[in-house]
Amino acid sequence: MQPAAVLTGQGEPVYQLRNVGKTYARNAITALESVNLTLTKGSFSAVIGSSGCGKSTLLKIMSGLIPPSTGRVVLQNRPVTGPRRDIGMMFQQATLFPWRTTLENIVLPIEIRDGKAAARAAEVQARALLELVGLKGFEHTYPGELSGGMAQRASICRMLITEPAVLLLDEPFSALDELTRDFMNMELQRICSSRNATAFLVTHSIPEAVILSDVVYVMKPRPGRIAEVVTIDLPRPRTLDMMTTPKFGQIVEHIRSRLDKEAFI
Amino acid sequence: MTHLEPASGTDADLGDTVWVEETSWLDKVPRAVQMIFVFAVFVLFWDLVTRFGLVSAIILPTPLETFLDLIFVGKNLLSGGYMLAALWITLKEVFYGFLLALAIGFTLGVIVGETAFGERAIMPYLVAIDTMPKVAFAPLFVAWLGFDIDSKVALAAFIATFPIIVGTAAGLHAADTNSRNLFKTMGATRWQTLVKMKLPMALPQIFTGLKIASVGVMAGAITGEFLGGGKGFGELIRTAASQLNTPRVFSLILYLSVVGLTLFALVSYAQRRIVFWQKDRVAGGVE
Ligand SMILES: Nc1ncnc2c1ncn2[C@@H]1O[C@H](COP(=O)(O)OP(=O)(O)OP(=O)(O)O)[C@@H](O)[C@H]1O
Ligand SMILES: [Mg+2]
Repeated sequence: MQPAAVLTGQGEPVYQLRNVGKTYARNAITALESVNLTLTKGSFSAVIGSSGCGKSTLLKIMSGLIPPSTGRVVLQNRPVTGPRRDIGMMFQQATLFPWRTTLENIVLPIEIRDGKAAARAAEVQARALLELVGLKGFEHTYPGELSGGMAQRASICRMLITEPAVLLLDEPFSALDELTRDFMNMELQRICSSRNATAFLVTHSIPEAVILSDVVYVMKPRPGRIAEVVTIDLPRPRTLDMMTTPKFGQIVEHIRSRLDKEAFI
Repeated sequence: MTHLEPASGTDADLGDTVWVEETSWLDKVPRAVQMIFVFAVFVLFWDLVTRFGLVSAIILPTPLETFLDLIFVGKNLLSGGYMLAALWITLKEVFYGFLLALAIGFTLGVIVGETAFGERAIMPYLVAIDTMPKVAFAPLFVAWLGFDIDSKVALAAFIATFPIIVGTAAGLHAADTNSRNLFKTMGATRWQTLVKMKLPMALPQIFTGLKIASVGVMAGAITGEFLGGGKGFGELIRTAASQLNTPRVFSLILYLSVVGLTLFALVSYAQRRIVFWQKDRVAGGVE
């Protein structure tokens, strides 16, 4: 197995994980064992694997939410020892706060980092972001009145407002219907490439992983480890039409066969 | 390749198929009418019981006697008589008791709900005190604070504090993992997490505690007056009861319940205004 940087042959490394392992003390479950990966600047990577194989654990360690049991995590040449400002994270649920308008939700990271005045100043960028994801006109709407897809789009804006160097995405669109999901994925690609952001996506869907990524990491459970690194050399920008090409089908089939015939969509 | 069904044509003359779900006729009656109906049945039953002497008049006055006394007491209250002075005293006890309970209950609730120390070391004692019959403390409060309103305020606050503690502490635990993780990844301080996330999320449960407290604070004030004298409404009830003036007792209790309902309604109103995003509100109820 080679580092992704060599495989993709582009950009300088942003994220480096060396020999990362995690054993939960509470139940002595080894959720991760000796994970090595390197994310290069501007690359899009996805990790795919069966339920419970340690994907969320990996993401939590990368984001500094929980410490690893072994190994080292380095982001932009600084070891990760806690939550960091250069990381943007998105979860399966939009997690917008119902007492704040959409706009107030989006500037929340700024408000927490630099205070209320800075948050007000950031509303200009927030409006631009809302327009980018097609939510113009919903600035003063409360999240209770947004649909699931709209809420997820708002939470993308919240993630982007601090202009993080890396985006960590834990199944961000898995609660959405397929049409919305495809659309959101294309949005995500557009946003990432326009900002040259480095993205790391956890997903259950092989087609989703393939259509978005430069590199797909296939994980196997018990203990969670990276079993294979698949480079996707489809041209960019990716379009939904590519999903019908034979090449796309071959890659999907290849990854599916690596997943040990476990149940997958 | 588009294939649109024609809006008119062969199907059009079939007409609409709008239909109405069946509801029982009782559900269609307006709520006010339903409530008046229940009240009428109750009063009729009460009237029959007293009219045929099934219960002695000293134990249960007739509805008419009670109604006349209600008017008498109402007049006294409106004309600023001695009953209004008594009501004013009780209102003050309830008001101060509620404020005190709010301050103490909220503070302790945050300490217990937010800090591991509070949860481990303070909560067991609070639970222990909460299980005691709190009314039994009334003589102590009288001994410490005298026969004036202080002892009643103390008992009212004492009873009303615990639901607020429990509501606040439980509410602070209600924050979900995603929200917690989100605040962590944003690098929020503990104070920021508390003020900008946990407390707003706790508000529905805090208000549940406040509603229970608003009922308890009335009970506390009146019990305090029963056991510690003074010049409040409880004292009027006690005097009327000792003179076997049952209609008066009844009407005084009814006026007290108006006070209780008003307090409850005020808390509910505040909840609707402050927790405007909460949709699953049971109409006026305590959850
Ligand atoms: N906080 C925790 N304490 C103890 N064990 C945990 C904890 N979180 C996860 N685990 C265990 O670690 C393993 C990996 O969990 P993880 O959540 O990382 O899986 P996942 O790949 O994200 O699964 P899914 O696709 O269902 O989200 C599981 O066996 C799980 O039981
Ligand atoms: Mg997961």
